[in-house]
Amino acid sequence: MWTLANPTVFLVLVRRTLPVMAAATFVLFGLWMAFNAPADYQQGETVKIMYIHVPAAWLSTFIYGVMALASLGTLVWRHPLADAAQKAAAPLGAGFTFVCLVTGSLWGKPMWGTYWVWDARLTSVLVLFILYLGLIALWRSIDDPGKAARATAILTLVGVVNLPIIKFSVDWWNTLHQPASVFRMGGSTIAPELLWPLLVMAIAFTLLFLCLHLMAIRNEILRRRIARLTMIAAAEGDSLARAPTPEMAR
Amino acid sequence: MLDIPHLGYIVAAYGVAALALIGMIAAVWLDYRSLSSQLEALEKSRGGNR
Repeated sequence: MWTLANPTVFLVLVRRTLPVMAAATFVLFGLWMAFNAPADYQQGETVKIMYIHVPAAWLSTFIYGVMALASLGTLVWRHPLADAAQKAAAPLGAGFTFVCLVTGSLWGKPMWGTYWVWDARLTSVLVLFILYLGLIALWRSIDDPGKAARATAILTLVGVVNLPIIKFSVDWWNTLHQPASVFRMGGSTIAPELLWPLLVMAIAFTLLFLCLHLMAIRNEILRRRIARLTMIAAAEGDSLARAPTPEMAR
Repeated sequence: MLDIPHLGYIVAAYGVAALALIGMIAAVWLDYRSLSSQLEALEKSRGGNR
């Protein structure tokens, strides 16, 4: 684990693993297309929206969990790649949460008769989306990368309180959103014909996120190298400008 | 096919998801290409200065 703290080692690892992971992602998306999931007895073909909405919803909280772990890495262990991992995950988390909100809304209209209600589940996921945007904005508003990393790490850890609220909102309050139907005590309530394609799609989405996250962390490492080289070049230019010319030395 | 109830909502949901995912992939990939070329140019110029 600590070996990976070396950015050069990490870049080598990304170069080796990324093609395999990208290929596995394509295979899983292809496998999902091979499924001919039946229509739901109540929802009809509209249930097909589940195959993108539910994995996006799972990822929206999973990515926040990844960011929270990376924040601990920044604040507690000062792991050199932790803040890069946290920074790289935020836009991806916002993207998947956006997909979750929009597809949920498009599923809600034909099933509930409305695009949006201010119930606990929908509102807490909207708060999560706003939190992602806030974290991206905070990263961009502080020039010093070290200070920005610490500030966003603290805000990320404060926002963790929203994760159990999202998960248990359907149990704690009366909501229009259905309660958990896959990961619940007593087993899944979804028919296997619908559940298997959902699980395949969930793994495909997760692999896609992992590929994008590795690529985005690599981008952060390159961005830092560029910043460092630019500063060195500027310092060298500055020292050359200050170096005494033969006329001045006389 | 076209007589599926609520087909528009299904197509819209998949369309938005596809656009968002392709957008994220493109953003990360284009960022990588731009950073790689910047880094290459910087390293070349540093090599040239020495």
